[in-house]
Amino acid sequence: MRNTCLNMVHELARRDPRPVFIGSDLSPGLLDAMKAEMPERYYMEGIAEANVVGMAAGLAMDGYMPYVNTIATFLTRRCYEQVAVDLCLHDLPVRLVANGGGLVYAPLGPTHLAIEDIAIMRALPNMTVVAVSDAPEMIRFMEQTLDWPKPIYIRMGKGGDPVVSRAELGFRIGKAIPMRNARGKGGVALMATGVMTANCLAAAELLARDGIDASVLHVHTVKPLDAEAVLEHARPARLVVTVEEGIAIGGFGSAVTDLLVEQLGRAMPAMLRLALPDAFPQKYGVQNDHFEVFGLTPPQIAASAQQALARDEGFA
Amino acid sequence: MEADRVLGGAAGPLDERSKQLRRLIVRGLAGGGRGHIGSSLSLVEILRVLYDDVLRFRPGEPGWPARDRMILSKGHGCLALYALLADKGFIPIETLDSFCRRDSILGGHPEAGKIPGVEASTGALGHGLSIGVGMALAARMQLRDSRVFVVLGDGEIDEGSVWEAAMCAGKHRLSHLTAIVDYNKIQSAGPTREIQDLEPLLDKWRAFNFAATEIDGHDVEGLRALFHRLPLADDRPTAIICHTVKGKGIGFAEHDPNWHHKAKIPPDLVARLTAALE
Repeated sequence: MRNTCLNMVHELARRDPRPVFIGSDLSPGLLDAMKAEMPERYYMEGIAEANVVGMAAGLAMDGYMPYVNTIATFLTRRCYEQVAVDLCLHDLPVRLVANGGGLVYAPLGPTHLAIEDIAIMRALPNMTVVAVSDAPEMIRFMEQTLDWPKPIYIRMGKGGDPVVSRAELGFRIGKAIPMRNARGKGGVALMATGVMTANCLAAAELLARDGIDASVLHVHTVKPLDAEAVLEHARPARLVVTVEEGIAIGGFGSAVTDLLVEQLGRAMPAMLRLALPDAFPQKYGVQNDHFEVFGLTPPQIAASAQQALARDEGFA
Repeated sequence: MEADRVLGGAAGPLDERSKQLRRLIVRGLAGGGRGHIGSSLSLVEILRVLYDDVLRFRPGEPGWPARDRMILSKGHGCLALYALLADKGFIPIETLDSFCRRDSILGGHPEAGKIPGVEASTGALGHGLSIGVGMALAARMQLRDSRVFVVLGDGEIDEGSVWEAAMCAGKHRLSHLTAIVDYNKIQSAGPTREIQDLEPLLDKWRAFNFAATEIDGHDVEGLRALFHRLPLADDRPTAIICHTVKGKGIGFAEHDPNWHHKAKIPPDLVARLTAALE
């Protein structure tokens, strides 16, 4: 997903005069082809996130579309004020290409885990927040960045993520994709963003084996949230389950909950938010280990949904 | 601080143009009933010379691509900028009366997109130089000969992001970028020498690969001559340390941190400020 995204920056720069790449001390050789072909539009700067974001703003004010790339935690926490003021207040078409969203950097520990990136980025006015599911979808998304006039936070997965997106379903920024439809009313509506959509599709299969009808909505754009699609999937469901690779506070599930509370009131289905707790992760290992620790593997998602259904029945 | 005595406002009394611009600042202060007084008054001659003699701009076409860019990174000094923008016809003079009012375009910090002639929304400190670096790179890529000027406060350059930007500007040899420090030596809490000493300030900028010099920031002739010599070097950005006086022109406010900002400026104080400029 990461290489695909960066190669797309080069590809887009070939087609359009606006894209510029700005890295903050990344790997040697990164995007060498772009650097060789258009050196004036390739910047590899120092470890200075506040500066590169401000610099990107200055470039965007004079017509460019910078794609700023570094590790997600540093591109969000380290320069939050520059992102808020320089990019969002000015509403500039700068793209924050964030490596290792969520738990990707599990072995490197909590300094490198972007667990609240979605929450803090979606809190900013004018910001668009996107987490695609896999590399082919990244291509479809990146194509559209040329026409999106606002700042975008692009949360990247680990790379080599299982491909679950389907070209025939299309891609539009701000438009969620129904990946699996419910057969009828009263089932489980699974909603996910980023690579969690793959886990939800697998969880839906497991639920189906147990006779539970489950839909899956892939909400690649967390902000602006596709209210219409979320409501359409939530209304007929008995249980809505949101699944995300990040903390619950202010995250994707929070966005969905806010919407459902405001729009459905007492008609709200039961809600289950599967996300990280309000704590810094304590373990190392790899991303998949952390999925297990936090209950985000397909069998865990399916089991949690079943428990929530049972609990809901108990209340009924 | 020998340089203080030699350079800070030693150029003699203010001329009528400098007083006229200060009267516009007082007009804004009166309109809003508040404002950063001292921080605006130390800036007047820097901005006056830039707008009168140096910058290329078109008030009727603020987005003219070939214009020079001027970013007031110390956004809290905005009343001085508003005075110049009104004086040059970017905004009507009467707009100053609406300063900080609910529906005004003139807030307590300047906003791009609202105010013609304001290049970037500033107020959070330490942002302007990085934005200026981006604009200078854009000018180079677009083969425009636009120059970029960034005016920074002395307290502002406590921010680490300023020095990130300075390193980057030096690396890219942005000779068409000029950083100007309004060195009035008083930040909000007190003298910079006590709160966060900046010395040796010229050496700092030179160490970051700027061609750096210093001047009396109220010496109109000196500023004019210096700005006309820009760039000071063909292969690096320029930094100009302007030794200024906080509150310059209002005798009872000069050198006094208590005049950095006033949240309440009643009519009798407006009258005193006005009288001080007679």
